[in-house]
Amino acid sequence: MKIEEKLYTLRWKHDKQTHIKITRADVCLERCDGEWHRPCTTFCPANVYAWDGEKIAVSYENCVECTTCVLGCPYRNIDWKPPRGGFGIEWQNG
Amino acid sequence: MGSSEQFDAIVVGAGPGGVSAALTMARAGLSVVLFERAERPGQKNVMGGVMYGRMLADVAPETWQQAPVERVIADERVWLTTPDAAVTLGHKHVPHAGPSDPPNAFTVLRVPFDAWFASQAEAAGALIVPGTTVEDVIVEQGRVVGVRTGRQDGDLRASLVVIADGANSFLVQKAGLSRPLEPHEMALVVKEIVALPPATIEDRFNLEPGHGTTIEVYGSVTRGMAGYGFIYTNKESLSVGIGALISHFMKTRITPWDLLEGFKTHPLVAPLLRGGEVREYLAHAIPEGGVRAMPRLYGDGVLVVGDAAMMVNNLHREGSNLAMAAGRMAGETAIQAKRAGDWSARTLATYRELLEASFVLQDLRKYERLPGLVEHRPDLLETYPAMLSEAVHEMLTVDGVSKRDKQRKILRRLLARRPWWRMLKDAAEGWRAMR
Repeated sequence: MKIEEKLYTLRWKHDKQTHIKITRADVCLERCDGEWHRPCTTFCPANVYAWDGEKIAVSYENCVECTTCVLGCPYRNIDWKPPRGGFGIEWQNG
Repeated sequence: MGSSEQFDAIVVGAGPGGVSAALTMARAGLSVVLFERAERPGQKNVMGGVMYGRMLADVAPETWQQAPVERVIADERVWLTTPDAAVTLGHKHVPHAGPSDPPNAFTVLRVPFDAWFASQAEAAGALIVPGTTVEDVIVEQGRVVGVRTGRQDGDLRASLVVIADGANSFLVQKAGLSRPLEPHEMALVVKEIVALPPATIEDRFNLEPGHGTTIEVYGSVTRGMAGYGFIYTNKESLSVGIGALISHFMKTRITPWDLLEGFKTHPLVAPLLRGGEVREYLAHAIPEGGVRAMPRLYGDGVLVVGDAAMMVNNLHREGSNLAMAAGRMAGETAIQAKRAGDWSARTLATYRELLEASFVLQDLRKYERLPGLVEHRPDLLETYPAMLSEAVHEMLTVDGVSKRDKQRKILRRLLARRPWWRMLKDAAEGWRAMR
């Protein structure tokens, strides 16, 4: 089962505004590639982070709010905040 | 102090810890607001799935029987895996539960369970405000005096703020009670709800209707990372999951979904899932730092409970029960503070004393060294299950080689992989971390 199919089982209430920001794009471009190979593109269980060749593209609407990226970014370069009240993932089972 | 505040207590987060605190306080007549960022309590909450009856009954002595339980645990198994085999051990018993005697352990699905549990606090008089994210604590002269929510004019003051916002708590840091956590102090766990008919579950796991099995799976399935997989039976589904330290996900670059897919195809796991339909894929963080990564548990006008306070005993897969016990103790402390009219750290220190006198802090202290060992020596979780499994496999293979020759062969192979002095050292380290 691919990650796309896994995410297809989920429900969100999507916010128009993002709750995730990359603080400094140059850190991802210049430092992280050589030192850590951008681990956010592999550890995020919802595949929110992807390298587009220049920067990290953030699919915040896929976020399942596990907060792994807050600790897992080696440079603490991901500014993650809980979505606004009532928005975000809505688990069906838990 | 006290008269200017609108409420006695604000509780942030409607999980087991927050609800236990709110319920305990509301029942004693304190005015309580419980903030929850989901639109309905439970919708943001995930765990593997095992909860414990004693701590639930302590908080909800009259109503625990109505809790939405999935299956009462009758069979607990541990598997030590290699890629194509496992050494298995377990304990099976007939669960006995009476009207005044809650079952020891049972599985739950947190969305329905937490909704029910929160409704108990509401019935006791707590005001539940869902759909509201608490963004900050309000601190005046070193004392927590309320919270700032994401709503317009969303500040609310109270004599006490109970922080129960879960793993990787932002509020604990905002209240100045903790340093930021490190990636080896938190695990990421992914799981799936795999639907199967109840009769199929009972057949496959050899269970009476309503009874359930837990399986914790160590060894090769975590691919060298510190963690474990699990299979828990629900009424009409299995909770199948696996997790590892975030620091190990960072280093190995194994994706969580690949790890889960690999686990599901392990030859011991796959037949249990066959024909099941994946209903939901979930992910959540689990505190792993133990007592050494705990925040300060109280301050002037503030208490911290549950995952937000790192109250997880990973070796025994306990967490929600620690949160419930801590929530109750936080509530009892608040009742004393209300009586005394003093919400300062001096009075709230009772909370820590209650925790110290209970299994919560005593157990966490017992395993104080375990997180460090697990972080630095994930190989222990792979090497020893493999060695054990190979040894057993050799002894069970009837191929004309004498048993004494087999013993020599096993010993030679063991020592080739790990010299005897290293095995002794590993055993000593393991003992020190768990005694």
